[in-house]
This record gives sequence, C-alpha cells and structure tokens, in this order.
Amino acid sequence: MDKKDAIAIRLRDIKKIYKMGGQELAALNGINLDIKRGEFAALMGPSGSGKSTLMNILGCLDRPTVGSYELEGKEVAHLSDDELAVMRNKHIGFVFQNFNLLSRISSLENVALPLVYAGVGASERRKRAQEVLEAVGLGDRAEHLPNELSGGQRQRVAIARALVNNPEIIMADEPTGNLDTKSTKEIMEIFQEMHGRGKTIILVTHEPEIAVCANRQLLVRDGVITRDEGKGVVLDVV
Amino acid sequence: MAFTALYANKLRSLLTMLGIIIGVGAVIAMVSVGMGVRSNVQESIASLGSNMLIVSPGSSNRSGPRGAAGSKTTLKYEDAQAIESKVRNIDYVSPNASGNYQIVNGNQNWNTSVQGVTPGYMDIKSLSVQSGSFITQEQMNKRERVAVIGTTVAENLFGSENPVGKKIRVNNQPFRVIGLLESKGQSSMGQDQDDVVIIPLTTAQERVLGITYVNSISIQVSNAKYMDQVQEDVEILLRQRHKIVGGKEDDFHVRNLTSLMETMTQTTTMITLLLGSVAGISLVVGGIGIMNIMMVSVTERTREIGIRKALGATFNNIMMQFLIESVVIGVIGGIIGIFLGCGISSIIAKVGGFNTVITWAPIAVSFSFSVGIGLLFGILPARKAARLDPIEALRYE
Ligand SMILES: Nc1ncnc2c1ncn2[C@@H]1O[C@H](COP(=O)(O)OP(=O)(O)O)[C@@H](O)[C@H]1O
Ligand SMILES: [Mg+2]
Repeated sequence: MDKKDAIAIRLRDIKKIYKMGGQELAALNGINLDIKRGEFAALMGPSGSGKSTLMNILGCLDRPTVGSYELEGKEVAHLSDDELAVMRNKHIGFVFQNFNLLSRISSLENVALPLVYAGVGASERRKRAQEVLEAVGLGDRAEHLPNELSGGQRQRVAIARALVNNPEIIMADEPTGNLDTKSTKEIMEIFQEMHGRGKTIILVTHEPEIAVCANRQLLVRDGVITRDEGKGVVLDVV
Repeated sequence: MAFTALYANKLRSLLTMLGIIIGVGAVIAMVSVGMGVRSNVQESIASLGSNMLIVSPGSSNRSGPRGAAGSKTTLKYEDAQAIESKVRNIDYVSPNASGNYQIVNGNQNWNTSVQGVTPGYMDIKSLSVQSGSFITQEQMNKRERVAVIGTTVAENLFGSENPVGKKIRVNNQPFRVIGLLESKGQSSMGQDQDDVVIIPLTTAQERVLGITYVNSISIQVSNAKYMDQVQEDVEILLRQRHKIVGGKEDDFHVRNLTSLMETMTQTTTMITLLLGSVAGISLVVGGIGIMNIMMVSVTERTREIGIRKALGATFNNIMMQFLIESVVIGVIGGIIGIFLGCGISSIIAKVGGFNTVITWAPIAVSFSFSVGIGLLFGILPARKAARLDPIEALRYE
C-alpha cells in the first residue's frame, strides 16, 4: 500500500451543536478537512471559535452532532464510547495545555499509562516508557512525581505519554500555552522532530511564531475553517 | 493501582474499613457466643443421659389450671417397678425423691442435696465409686440408713480422711457412709456434680422426707428407635395404674430428653441466627460507608478518570479500577474483622466464664459477605466513574 499521500483524517460537514437551556449553539458549523499522513497542521483562531471542540472530535474524545469523520479510513463519527476509547489508545496521542498528568504516580508510570489500557505487560511497559522518556530528554526524571518537575518538563512527560503507544497522529491543544519561551522552544523542537520521523501532527496555537513551525496553517472562525495555507507540504512518511 | 490509591488516603481508607471491621468482628463474636450457649445447652442435656425419658408428676398442660397439690403425690415407687417389669426395651428405671438437708459430722456441717435413689441410678448416671460400694437392693428393701457421698461433701465434712465407714447425720438421723463417689467435676451448666449425698429411695421417703411418692422417674430406653414406643407404653401403663380414663387430664407427664434437646438446639440456633443477623446489619451499614466514601472518591478523582479515559481506558477498565478498590477495602476490613471477632470472642469467654465456639462457618460467611459488600456497594460509585464523559471529566476542577 502506498503510504505517501494517504489520507489520515477526512472530515465532511462536521457540526457540533450544544444545546443550552433551549438555545442552540453551533460550536462547529460545517467543517470539511482532509489531512494527509505526515502533515504538520497548525490550527489558529480567536478564542471561542471552536478549535478545542474540533480537536476533541479529531482526538476521538467527543462525537460530532452530524457529519462524517474518517480516521485512517475508518468512519468513527458514531462509534460507541468504548470503541472511541480504543481508537484514542491505538491511533492518537493527545497533548493538553495543562499537561493532565496524574499527580500521585511517577513520570514513568504516567508515561506507561496508555500501555496499561493497550494490554501491554508490566515489564514491557516500563521498558518502553523509559525509552520514550529518554527520547524527550527526561531519562533521569523517570521516578519523579509531576509536581517535582518544571512546566516544560511536565509537558515533555505528557508528550512522551502521547508517543508511548506509537500512534500515527499526535494532537496538541495549545501545548505551549502555559510555558515560558525557553520551554516553548524545546517543546516545538520535539514536535518538529516527531514530524521529521513521519508523525501526523495537529496543533492548536495562538502564536504565529509557533504556527510557522507547521507546514500548514488553518484558521478557524465561528466554527468554520476560513483560511487554509501551505497545503500539501508533506515530508516522507517512514 | 488500587493499593496506591488506598495508601494515598490511609486514614480515610482505615475509617472506611472500620465499618466492615466492626461488622465482621461483631458477626463472629455474636455467633461464637450463640454457638457457645448452644453447645452448653446440648452438653448439659446430653449429660442427663441419652435415650432418656423422664416421668414427672403433674400435668404437662402448663397453661391450664394446675391440678390440686395432691396431684404431685401420685407418682409412686410402685409405678417405677411396674414400668420396669411391664414395658419392653428399657435398660434402667430410676425413681428419685430428693430434698436439701443439713449433713453433720461432729462439728462440721454442710448443706446439700440428698437424693433418694435405687441401685440402677449408678448406671443411669454413669457414676462410679472410688471407695466403698453403692447402694444395694437389700439396703433398699430394708430402708437402711446408709449414704454414698460425693467428693465435695466428703472434703467439707471429713477433710482428707476416708469417709467410708464413718457416721454422718442427715436431717438429724444417723447414717453410715458406705461409699465415696468418683469425682465428676462441674456440669456444663456450672453445677458441682460432686456436691451430693445419695441414700436408698425407700429410706429417703420414709425416714428423711416423710413422703410416699417420688419426684421423678428416669427411664433409660435401650435404643433411640424405641423412644416413642416406650413413651406411649409408659403413658398407657400409668393411666391404667392411676385410673385415668376418657378425657381426664393426666396427673403425670413424660418428657423425651432427645426431643427436648432438639427444641433447645432449635431455640439456641434461632438465638445464634438472631445475634448474627443483628451483627450482620452493622456489616451492611459498613457497606454503605464504603459506598459513601467511594462516591466521594470518584468525585474527587473525576479529573484522573478523565485523563485515564482520554488515554484509552474503557468503561470496564475504570469500573474494575474502582471495584477492585472497594473489594480490597472489603477484604482487608474483613481480615482485620476476623481477628477482632476472634479476639472479642475469647475475651468474652475469659471474662464471662463460659464457652464461646468459633467455627469456620461464620468466619467464611462474614468474610465473603464483606467482600460481597465491597463489591455490591462499590458497583454504584464504580459505574458512576466509568460512565463519566472524558471531556467533562477533564474540564472538572
Ligand atoms: N460543553 C459545552 N457546552 C456548551 N458550550 C460549549 C461547550 N464546549 C464549548 N462550548 C462553546 O463552543 C464554543 C467553542 O468553544 P471552544 O471549542 O472551546 O473554543 P476555542 O477552543 O477555540 O477557544 C464556545 O462558544 C464555547 O462556549
Ligand atoms: Mg480552546
């Protein structure tokens, strides 16, 4: 099968409608989007425009009200909760703005968590988690608790966790939103390195400097994509 | 994973367990007390002898008006003799007349129960004589003033001296001690079985009590299967002898110790179950405590649940995580409760001075109950956790 140019994500007329006390709010109002394997797309737009709502649907955390979402050729818009959980676990690595690490367990255990739900054995889990932690430069922080780490380090742990089950797609909703400039730079280097290794990356950001790291910039406004630049620049898929 | 979460909240986990600990402990302690009572009752009835029928004067109809005082006097030694000679499948018949009297030796005196019996009494009560001899038929017939005494009586009247051949006074009449009983110790009811003076029935009736009747007749049936038949035969025979015809009320009643034992066992089993189930209620309350805390725990850990779900945890994964936690509370609480219950039970036995019986049944039942309660009362919170929407859970502050 030819992997290059294969479609990783295909959205067709995606709508997300929130009902609040009789009022209907269309957070997403007809999104059409194709993202190829190996693309690095940055999602921009003003606050409240629907970026997070879109990311949640892309990340299989949420379902669209209407529309079709094909992930790696599989229609996922109307899967059950558990089927979505499996999709998240296998195909998607999610990075959050506020890290979302479990505070009571070590970095290593945090990183290994997706493998628990993938049914990987304990010793294999530790081995793989340690490898990914080393890849993000935190091999010596494996036994630290999240609150013993800096913000940048926490986000690197979170990225390691997103990578550990070797998903095709990495999604990040404002991953550098809580970080200082130096950490932001480090994190973006990791994303670019992942892109270099052939991962499909979708990243939400407010900052144009970050958006230029990506090879495609999408602008979301009032629940629709209003601008789409740099389409088609794809690195070789490994 | 479950242990980590429980360990992180040590004090809370312990307090949650407390309900289960107390519940299991109470069930085991209460049931052991109940079983103790039951075994005491069973032993004491069994010590009266197996396959025993006891004929007592007076009607068995307790609720109705009791017969005249005279009705207590209708049971005679001759009735016992008639039973022995006419009813089949009987090993021994032992009539008995007794009272409490002062026994005197020189300047020592002792108040005790004086039993007027026939020679068969020795076999029926499985007594043996350590020195001297038991009452003979001849002494019975001659109404001799002879006595066989228990070791407690001997110690109090004679000290370490051998009493056989010595004189004592029973109700101010001179008696010759002809035998000293082998010690039988305390009965299961705590009665001193060695505190007794045994004299011939005829002597007791005429020379001590001044009566012509007997207080009771014990009948040892040769085999359990004849109990009902013998009871019936005895009743027919006594009605004949006492000329009770038609609808007239009996002036005696025959009790079957085996069926008495069955009734008592039933009653004590009921009591045990009652005690156990009252204690079981505290186990259920403990379970509700688990549910309560697990609910709080689920709410507190909403964000954790959101993260786990975002990383691919399914409904079952989350369900299991919380169920295991509450089952672990149940298991640990149950184990501690078992030790507590056994401890309490042995303290009750020591302080209360009676037997408690710890059996596997209440331990197994209350333990599996506590595990089951952990499971049952864990289901609701675990479901609540497992059904959380990942996005909403992640947004939870
Ligand atoms: N769970 C929800 N219930 C109701 N309205 C929501 C919910 N989530 C988001 N919205 C609304 O949808 C719109 C888009 O929100 P969001 O996707 O978070 O925007 P962005 O991430 O671009 O700032 C906003 O108006 C927000 O108020
Ligand atoms: Mg947002």
